[in-house]
Amino acid sequence: MVLALPADVRAADAMVPVPYRVVGRAQETGDTVTLSLEPVEQPIATPAPGQFNMLYAFGVGEVPISISGIDAGHRVRHTVRAVGAVSQALCAAEAGAMVGVRGPFGTDWGVDSAAGGDVIVIAGGIGLAPLRPVVHELLHNRRRFRRVTVLVGARSPEEIVFRGEVASWQASARITVRTTVDYATAAWKGEVGVVPTLIERVTIDPEVTTVMICGPEVMLRFTAAEVLGRGVAAERVRVSMERNVQCGVGRCGHCQLGPVLICLNGPVFPWSRVGPLVARREL
Amino acid sequence: MKTIADLIAEQTFFQGLDQASLDFVAGCGRNVHYAAGDRILTQGESAHTFYLLRSGSVALSFYVPGRGGVIIDTLNGSDVLGWSWLFEPYRWQFDAEAREDVAAVAFDGICLRTKCDADAHLGYLLVQRFAKVMLARLQSVRMRMLDIYGPGSPS
Repeated sequence: MVLALPADVRAADAMVPVPYRVVGRAQETGDTVTLSLEPVEQPIATPAPGQFNMLYAFGVGEVPISISGIDAGHRVRHTVRAVGAVSQALCAAEAGAMVGVRGPFGTDWGVDSAAGGDVIVIAGGIGLAPLRPVVHELLHNRRRFRRVTVLVGARSPEEIVFRGEVASWQASARITVRTTVDYATAAWKGEVGVVPTLIERVTIDPEVTTVMICGPEVMLRFTAAEVLGRGVAAERVRVSMERNVQCGVGRCGHCQLGPVLICLNGPVFPWSRVGPLVARREL
Repeated sequence: MKTIADLIAEQTFFQGLDQASLDFVAGCGRNVHYAAGDRILTQGESAHTFYLLRSGSVALSFYVPGRGGVIIDTLNGSDVLGWSWLFEPYRWQFDAEAREDVAAVAFDGICLRTKCDADAHLGYLLVQRFAKVMLARLQSVRMRMLDIYGPGSPS
């Protein structure tokens, strides 16, 4: 895994948003939107899967948003859930609107380091957003990996983000995809239950398996516990953490989790590093 | 051809039971098959069977007036279906339907209860296994109660 922003690189510029234009907007669920952004002038550096950008809704504020798509021509996609003033403003942005972008920041999933082995991608809710580029990379370089499994959990079938795309991954049969929801009617053909229950249905060769997990922290904890219980070493389990990221460059300390800063040392961590920290309420 | 004892010995649920216990339990079991769409259990009906799924998928649902059947859980190969046979009043609490073709071992609950009454040690081992399954399902329900993907969860 790499740090996007070595300490000696453009520390001042890292705090200045670059103007990007909204060139596409897709409504994923009732409260979640994917924005396609193109640079108006100088683009930011090409992000790696797992990194995040700070998105600035002009006049409203700035929030960290993971990168859900890395396209040609410096186009990036961000999938935003409307939960506060800034994210609501971003979700409301139509094609042609301008937003500010700083980044990319943080550690990536280290997909390359999983080559030659099995990969299990586990997403809960909008946690699929930062893992979507991972799945793209796995599909693009399919032969470099052995078994690839994607497990997706959501509240209901209607609340699965990238629903059409997940169905196409499933249909392609190039990777194994299983979906589960908390609640469903008889029309739903996937599973009903929480994400950790899917893990017991997956073949795991712990010595060669890399696991990448993103979702609400409760889901991370239960899912990591299930994976560890199957014999996967904590170093091979990577999770993306979320905290109150504000500066993105490790200066302000708002995203501190004990000895680590989520924006600088994360957001992607091996479970061996953050597992003991998330279990502590005082952090 | 595999016997019922052979089949259940392969299942996690019965792991750790000695051959004599497996044979004892297998005496209450028989192979069953359901086609996709078949109703396996019906809410309110007498519960005198438990199923150890070998393959296929089953939806547990609860009928809610105005909403129809709401699926509350899905079970797959090696899962256990049904524990109402263990406790009075021995009535199914939910509906269960095969979502795809299902192969299972069906155990006669009355036969099992009788054997467990006669062999308390075996009864204890079985109840321990059911308690483990129940605990896992309870944890799953508790997690869902948290509504971790619901409104107000982080973006």
